[in-house]
Amino acid sequence: MTGLALAAATTPARRQEKHRRHGWLLLPPVLVLLGFFGYPLVLVVLQSLDASTRFGLSVWLDVLGSAEFRDAAWKTVALALGATAGCVVLGTFLALVIAFVPFPGARTLSRLVDTVLAFPSFLIALAFTFIYGSAGILGAGGFLYSPFGILLAEITFYTPFVMRPALAAFGQVSSAQMEVAASLGAKPGRVLRQVILPEALPSLASGACLTMLLAMNEFGIVLFLGAKDVTTLPMLVYGKGIVTFDFPQACVIAVVNVVFSLALYGTYRRLANGGGRAAVDKA
Amino acid sequence: MLLWTRRSRILLWAVFAVLFVAIVLAPLLMIVLASVAGNWTGLLPGALTGSNFAQALSGETFASLSVSIQTGVIASVVSVVLGTWAALASQAAAPRLKKAVDTLFHLPIAVPSVVLGLALLVAFSRPPLAFNGTRWIVLLGHVMILLPFSYSTVSAAIARMDPLLAQAAASLGAGPVRVLLRVRLPVLLPSISASASLALAMSMGELGATMMLYPPDWRTLPASIFALTDRGQVFLASASTVLLLAVTLAGVVLLGLARGRGTQR
Repeated sequence: MTGLALAAATTPARRQEKHRRHGWLLLPPVLVLLGFFGYPLVLVVLQSLDASTRFGLSVWLDVLGSAEFRDAAWKTVALALGATAGCVVLGTFLALVIAFVPFPGARTLSRLVDTVLAFPSFLIALAFTFIYGSAGILGAGGFLYSPFGILLAEITFYTPFVMRPALAAFGQVSSAQMEVAASLGAKPGRVLRQVILPEALPSLASGACLTMLLAMNEFGIVLFLGAKDVTTLPMLVYGKGIVTFDFPQACVIAVVNVVFSLALYGTYRRLANGGGRAAVDKA
Repeated sequence: MLLWTRRSRILLWAVFAVLFVAIVLAPLLMIVLASVAGNWTGLLPGALTGSNFAQALSGETFASLSVSIQTGVIASVVSVVLGTWAALASQAAAPRLKKAVDTLFHLPIAVPSVVLGLALLVAFSRPPLAFNGTRWIVLLGHVMILLPFSYSTVSAAIARMDPLLAQAAASLGAGPVRVLLRVRLPVLLPSISASASLALAMSMGELGATMMLYPPDWRTLPASIFALTDRGQVFLASASTVLLLAVTLAGVVLLGLARGRGTQR
């Protein structure tokens, strides 16, 4: 990118001409995105304002006032927060061990983690029915279909999403720094707190943010476990849209859900751009 | 190395092993075991059988697998082409335009797949484009979910690419098309293939938008797996999941091989 900037500085006239020639090339993909992503979303917002008999905010008031919606919104946020906290603690610990107390095969394990990232989330839910389900190994019956079952499933599924940026960040901590700290008498706990974690904090924060975004929008796990008293916002959108065909209400919930995740996503982008580059993807 | 005494290290590894097994290995192992289980009431499956796989490879589930593969391949190709196109074209655009396009193409990541499904339902159940109820709406949903990831993978690679390569080729008299085909695309091939692997894996496992959109004659394997678990046929569902993972992995490995050959050249 610096090279491009340089070229722009030295030959402004030629670069200007280049823009005029190439700007239109962006049109086809942008039109596809606007037509098949932007336009439908705009219609969702319009639909949420429009019930065939009344126009305006009446559907919004109905939905926002309903206990069902408020319960779902609260559960969604609580589950996402809980899952993120669990994932950050577990993922940081696992990554710390792989990075700083390595053992033979540690590298293979970290590659296995990369593979797990590509798995669909419902795999975890399905596996859980064999482990914790009523006929499962641990046979804890009710547990699996309570909010805690879903929480545990989400933590299990999303921990690798924290491990990956954490591993990348820990890889950049200079071992010389750690050895100096240790040789000056710092105990492992202090090296961890004062050398490693400060350096990895931006990556961890953006990893946590991404995890929270994904956990909040999680659908597969909640659908598969089908817990009776646990409805999250995406599940509610699905229920209103497909089961009861109440599109205006589904649209209101969808808009709320999108606003939540846009806020989180904005935070994530800011963290990811500011701090460690390593954390930028799964994207 | 953070810990120096042998005992503390071994203790730490033990905790690590327990957690790692519980989080990463146990779910996989359970699915694989269940896929060959005839019944499962105790600690281990009661009887081992291949009949789940035989059943998964015939009839409805096999049709779903084929639908999933077709959807995955088509949606991945379209999203990689569009994503690469947008990434390359935005590079040639003015900085402000480039930034706007960058934001625009990342936005779909922040929209839950269920909401995207609902939006497509709302938009395409009415004229001018009423293709709700056809397989095209499923494909469209998948493309829109994959597109931001394809774009972001390729555009990250473009940002790392040495601009001198293309400039050198252009200064030697190569036209823009030739520079694109002979310099830019070959240099970007590894990242394009990586974005294709990611797209394939995501499309094969996609559930949220598909559940909102699929018509009866175009049900992907994850949707079928849900229907199976809902009916209590968990062993057949497990066998189908293993099949789904195997096919996905095979596709990703194939793409990785192509990538290896691409970089060697």
